[in-house]
Amino acid sequence: MVDATGLLPAVTVVTPLLAAVMILVSGRHENIRDGFTVAAAVAMLGSVVAMLPSILAGERIAVSLIPLLPGGDLALRVDAFGMVFALTAAVLWLLNSFYSIGYMRSLKEHAQTRFFFCLAVAIASAIGIAFSANLVTLLVFYEILTIITYPLVVHVETPEAMAAGRKYLAYLLIGGVFLLAAVVLTYILTGTTGFAPGGFLAGSAPPLTLQILFILFMVGFVKAAWMPLHGWLPAAMVAPTPVSAFLHAVAVVTAGVFGIVRIAGWVYGMDLLASLGLGTLLAVIASFTIITASLFALTEDNLKRRLAYSTVSQLSYILLGVSMLSIAGMTGAMAHIPIHAFLKITLFFVAGAVIVAAGRERISDMKGIGRKMPVTAVMFSGAAIGICGLPPFSGLISKVYLAFGAVEGGVPILLLVLVASTVLNAAYFFPIIHTMLVASPDDERSLDSVSEPPLLMLVPIILTTVASVLIFFYPAVPFMDLVEIAIGEITGSVIP
Amino acid sequence: MIEHLPVILITVPILSALLILLLGWHDRRFCYPITLATILFQFVGGIALLIEVMRQGTIHYHIGGWAPPLGIEFVIDTFNGYILPIILFLAVAAAVYARRSVENEIEPEKIVSFYVLFQLLVTGLVGMTITGDIFNLYVFLEISSIAAYTLIASTRRPRACVAALNYLILGSIAGGFVLLGIGNLYVATGTLNMADIARLLPASYGLATVHTAFLLLVIGFSIKVALFPLHLWLPDAYTEAPSAVTVLISTVMAKVSVYAMFRVVFSVFTTAYFVETVPVTELILLIAAVAIVAGAVLAIAQDDLKRMLAYSSVSQIGYIVFALGVANQVALEGGLLHILGHAVMKGCLFMVAGVIIYRLGTSRFSDLKGVAATMPVTCATFALAGASMIGVPPTIGFASKYYLVMGALEAGYWVYAAVLLAGSLLAVGYIWRFIEVAYFSASSHHEDGGDHCPAPAVREAPLSMLVPMVVLGFLCLLLGIFVEPIMEIVSPAVSLLLGGA
Repeated sequence: MVDATGLLPAVTVVTPLLAAVMILVSGRHENIRDGFTVAAAVAMLGSVVAMLPSILAGERIAVSLIPLLPGGDLALRVDAFGMVFALTAAVLWLLNSFYSIGYMRSLKEHAQTRFFFCLAVAIASAIGIAFSANLVTLLVFYEILTIITYPLVVHVETPEAMAAGRKYLAYLLIGGVFLLAAVVLTYILTGTTGFAPGGFLAGSAPPLTLQILFILFMVGFVKAAWMPLHGWLPAAMVAPTPVSAFLHAVAVVTAGVFGIVRIAGWVYGMDLLASLGLGTLLAVIASFTIITASLFALTEDNLKRRLAYSTVSQLSYILLGVSMLSIAGMTGAMAHIPIHAFLKITLFFVAGAVIVAAGRERISDMKGIGRKMPVTAVMFSGAAIGICGLPPFSGLISKVYLAFGAVEGGVPILLLVLVASTVLNAAYFFPIIHTMLVASPDDERSLDSVSEPPLLMLVPIILTTVASVLIFFYPAVPFMDLVEIAIGEITGSVIP
Repeated sequence: MIEHLPVILITVPILSALLILLLGWHDRRFCYPITLATILFQFVGGIALLIEVMRQGTIHYHIGGWAPPLGIEFVIDTFNGYILPIILFLAVAAAVYARRSVENEIEPEKIVSFYVLFQLLVTGLVGMTITGDIFNLYVFLEISSIAAYTLIASTRRPRACVAALNYLILGSIAGGFVLLGIGNLYVATGTLNMADIARLLPASYGLATVHTAFLLLVIGFSIKVALFPLHLWLPDAYTEAPSAVTVLISTVMAKVSVYAMFRVVFSVFTTAYFVETVPVTELILLIAAVAIVAGAVLAIAQDDLKRMLAYSSVSQIGYIVFALGVANQVALEGGLLHILGHAVMKGCLFMVAGVIIYRLGTSRFSDLKGVAATMPVTCATFALAGASMIGVPPTIGFASKYYLVMGALEAGYWVYAAVLLAGSLLAVGYIWRFIEVAYFSASSHHEDGGDHCPAPAVREAPLSMLVPMVVLGFLCLLLGIFVEPIMEIVSPAVSLLLGGA
């Protein structure tokens, strides 16, 4: 039993990779090909869930695969925080797989084999990031994720998409280079890169060096889309909607914020960050991003682009939580990763459903669309309310923790940021809800051909919304329990 | 028998070159099998020598039983023991690849002489690698160079002759520099055996003769390795040569030239000389950094795949010389790793270019739109080797970049480390040119989900060209993942170089 559990992390990463190979091989038979996608998603979720009990019991599962480079073997280590990300990604990938199949077939998209191949490799890298035992392993998977998502972003192959793809690559690869420099520097300073609860950098170098190193890490994790390094994310909206959902919720941006939280809790440690004054830096970046991105979102008429700016803004909630350097703030930050992911994927699913069912991308064209797509529109409204932080949706939980964190961390001014952001969230979401559900269409007959999307797409939308409600009522199962364990790890307090 | 292996690696292939000539006169079809068999034999011999060196330490072989300093000595230590199997493996790959490619590109009546020269080129390079005598090094350098000039000129295209002549002139100048340098060393020490020179040289470190010798040798080898700005012969030569020859000279010959440069700088002059007596490392580092950036920028500016790859070589050579400039353990480990890595990935990429030329007759980007749809294996291989060129983990290119950056940071060269990383981003610029053209251009036809292409007008290349290409492509990945066993050879080799043995 022990041996089998020890192998599970590797199995989780390898399963989608094997599926990727099979997807390539079976590319000509689309049912078989998509069968592999679903089978891998189910198997991966199964192996993640199989590890859940022992992680909830406070154990960690570690496995070293290959000696790679000085500074770190290719090694996996599953802990509570990694589990938060992995579980989110695994659940959402399963739903996203069904949704993608429905979306791609409905629109008769080209190059579907390439599409599903890249998705499978990307999810493997996301899980690899979640389970990385050290910075070198994290860097390896982080870079693979960058490269393999490129074909997804440029999928439609229009000149606009190619330009967006270049922007995407430029931002993320330059980030990757900064991350490489940061990893090497960490190794030179300390002789290790293995994540340690509470950090391992303290006392290894003068404060200035550690401050510069932190900035290298921040630029490295440009996938977190903090401003002003966010430009790639709205540009990447040219991709098919399942890709946007994948970028925003399942893997890519989540990998960025995951990395920053990992660095804060397991490389620097909260005490060191506080003594270096880096909390203030993070707070400034996060507050600026939250407010500015929300303002940008207000001006966007394209639904997907508005959602993209909403993501930029919401991701910085997580950075804001880290910047508070308090237990409640950190808890809010970690909890916001799955909470935001579940809510935002719903919104993108709906945006894609509207494209498939009605062929509309602009909010101003969606007047009264809820009359023909009531379920879809209601689910959208629910998730949007959730992002604003209102009950009965999970968004409230992280917001409450963040508010406590601001007080506990002695920076009540951040409360203002939270309030302002909530108002702005409402300001850019409620008009959409109004447009969809209340407003009457300019031309009644224009909606005649519109109906609910295919079940393959509708069911995932309902499930993710329901999940967000369930998280609100039962936050402990399992996300808050995992977060609690992770917080216990990095603050040194005994796990209750 | 086994103790005579070093000399057998030279004599047997020379005899087999004669055999190719004689039998080829009778029937052309004999040429290829003999060449392949001989190079395979050399490869196996190279592996055997490496195993022997790893087990028992440095091998000294005195030709004809004449002991140095009178006789010529072959010395195989961990450094050239490491280089030898690499270059011979790539020579095998190039030889397998050559058959169909040569049939396509070279006049039938020239095929016999092609294989004779191919064999002599490989043999000359093996000689350069294993000799312990600096004049003997020069002799083998000239053998291989003359074979290379001729091979480059062997296609039907008139431009190839110009390229070869260009290379002939610059290569001869390089040879002249090297010969003069050797002469100066002989004047200063009275011996031609490398170990002997290294032993006697410290007494005359102050002499202008020695400084001149160092300068002449470094400049001479800089031309041979095409270190920017002495690279002018390279783009034409790589572009105009037959595909198989490009593979051979861009991997085997380029790497042996680098080897010779390292060997002379570290084993003849030793770190004591060029780090302490004449501190040139900063200058070398600067030139290497300029080479990395300039080569990559020039590569981005090209509109032909093969020429782009040629300029990429200028940039990548910069990485290896960069290691020489940093001259610490970690950076040199990265440099030696990059000798292997760059040989494998550039060999693979030039094979891709050759395959595309074989099928489409051109390698201009404007003619390659959507080629991935008809040649999926070829383009996927390019993507893999290209990722390695950029340094995406977990490829071999990432491993060497990691070591080089770490070495530079350890030595405190922050700015140069940044340049190195910037260089790797520029590599994205030129690799992506092809990726965009091949995968994401002109293939906007929507399919019904099943990827049913219209009947392709072109097909993948013959198997004998695809297999070596794909093998090298996968090696980029495998070597990057299983880099640890290689480091067990590289680390002692670097210690040996820095120890100045």
